[in-house]
Amino acid sequence: MLKDKDRIFQNLYNDLGPDLTSSQKRGDWVNTKEITDKGRDWIINEIKDSQLRGRGGAGFPTGLKWSFAPKEIGTRPHYLVINGDESEPGTCKDRDILRFEPHKLIEGCLIASYAIQAHVCYIYIRGEYFVDGQKLQAAIDEAYKKNLLGKNAAGTGWDLDIYIHYGAGAYICGEETALLESIEGKKGQPRLKPPFPALIGLYGCPTIINNVETIAVVPTILRRGGKWFASLGREKNTGTKIFCISGNVNNPCNVEEEMNISLKELIEVHAGGVIGGWDNLQAVIPGGSSMPLIPKDKCETLTMDFDSLMAEKSGLGTAGVVVINKDQDIIKCMARIARFYKHESCGQCTPCREGSGWMWRMLERMAKGEASKDEIDMLGDVTKQIEGHTICAFGEGSSWPVQGLLRHFKDEIKKRNKFDPIVKENKNIPYLVDQHLLDKNA
Amino acid sequence: MSLRRPAKNQPENFEFSSSSLEAAKSIVAKYPEGKQQSAVMALLYIAQKQNDNWIPLAAMKYIAKFLDMPYIKVYEVATFYSMYNLSPVGKYFIQVCTTTPCMIRGANKLVEACKEKISENESVLSNDKSCSWMEVECLGACVNAPMMQINDEYYEDLDKEKTLKILDKILNGEKPTPGSYRGRINNEPENNRKTLMDFKNA
Repeated sequence: MLKDKDRIFQNLYNDLGPDLTSSQKRGDWVNTKEITDKGRDWIINEIKDSQLRGRGGAGFPTGLKWSFAPKEIGTRPHYLVINGDESEPGTCKDRDILRFEPHKLIEGCLIASYAIQAHVCYIYIRGEYFVDGQKLQAAIDEAYKKNLLGKNAAGTGWDLDIYIHYGAGAYICGEETALLESIEGKKGQPRLKPPFPALIGLYGCPTIINNVETIAVVPTILRRGGKWFASLGREKNTGTKIFCISGNVNNPCNVEEEMNISLKELIEVHAGGVIGGWDNLQAVIPGGSSMPLIPKDKCETLTMDFDSLMAEKSGLGTAGVVVINKDQDIIKCMARIARFYKHESCGQCTPCREGSGWMWRMLERMAKGEASKDEIDMLGDVTKQIEGHTICAFGEGSSWPVQGLLRHFKDEIKKRNKFDPIVKENKNIPYLVDQHLLDKNA
Repeated sequence: MSLRRPAKNQPENFEFSSSSLEAAKSIVAKYPEGKQQSAVMALLYIAQKQNDNWIPLAAMKYIAKFLDMPYIKVYEVATFYSMYNLSPVGKYFIQVCTTTPCMIRGANKLVEACKEKISENESVLSNDKSCSWMEVECLGACVNAPMMQINDEYYEDLDKEKTLKILDKILNGEKPTPGSYRGRINNEPENNRKTLMDFKNA
């Protein structure tokens, strides 16, 4: 288990209070000027050395992302945008940072803004987190009052303004370009990339977009050194991560742990074990609903980091671990996830808009045992036609969980759905226009 | 995608109250000059708060003029995002999360409770017209499942009995305390905490 002194979010359970004074006691805002005095290149290199990867799901190296920002401010200003549109089912880590560790986030914003030369930072928070957003706003106001933000923020000589922008219940706005569209006051429909936001982003200006957790760990990394962060976890999957363990466990919780921790330890030690015992485990969704599930036999030895989960054809995503035990109907669980994606598709690309509905309807029928045998392969075919044929990664996010189900629980579906295909049944069904072709006497 | 249509009965006029107007102006100031369209989401939200939790078409027209943008653009935004209510909902608007992490911990029991206490179908007002409920997608409090949102507040770690009690309070015009209903502190593993113990006892 990770030692308490190596945990970045000391106030994850709000034992100490989220206000400025107690945050300063925990080490926030202590020597911000010393950090920025070391210069932009030092900051970016230190983040590169720490091998920090984005905590929002895709796991893109943060230092590399920052280095894409133009080196000099041209005619267009630079922007920093923080993605707090946490809507992935199974994930609720950013909410705790917003309400209990707001000053880690705000200080991170200042340092990141300095590194990429932004004077304005927008924090995009999902609309449902209104109360948590107000807590962050209170922390921002407190920081302004103490001159930690605004002109010459925290004595660094850098001017920074932070504004909160609330979403309004659209999952897709967690996609970075959809998020930019949303801030611009439009429908949250993703943009084509390239051009990438680092060059043409918010209002057509260079923009760096990072997840809340990514930015909140930055100050601690710079204080303790990239080497310290890189010493946790393993090569390319370094540092600590907040895991959200939900579903059929005895003590669902958020916990900050080292990367590459074993899944069994997370569930057994921190979450108090699976309801009904480890043998009652059916499957685990390791990284939020878009990641394919993993059946029990593989859960024994699984370690939780980006690359080892990739090797299992799944992913760490947002590290929202959803535990499903044998009391649940796995097909129904996936049908519900498919319904989520059907509801949240932005409607821009046809394969996703139509396909997400198809997947949902087919899975609902499969859960009831009303589908025919050939539909099982057809469902796989539909997922393949969505994946990779859409502007953003929503297509993958909606089809991967279904593919995961087909990969690991095909027998279960087959057992329940035994109908012959309609064409073989030789029924008189008016909407099958080619029925005459089935006439054996012709 | 979900289909969203404006209500049939629409009020003729809408105008920001003086407090709304002040809030709207301070929001427009957050964005660069000429980019006032960015404020449309926040303004729709203000209009919704002012107008008993829903947005009439007149408010969209008013906001379009206020921000100097085409009405259709405001309409697009209002119909795209699911948190804007396009038809009247109760003064207490109850949203029950039923996505998988909540579902497998018994969110359907919460739905049953709403059906018993408020109305048989979702988005239908209760007998005294004060409440309505609906199923929504993930509200992002998965480790506190099952849970529901009433107006801005989260009510977590529920079961059917606790939900019935909360709904009773609301129907009596009281405001139940938000947060966990199993007495746990925030997102910690209840009775099983193994980390940051020094602070817990501090």
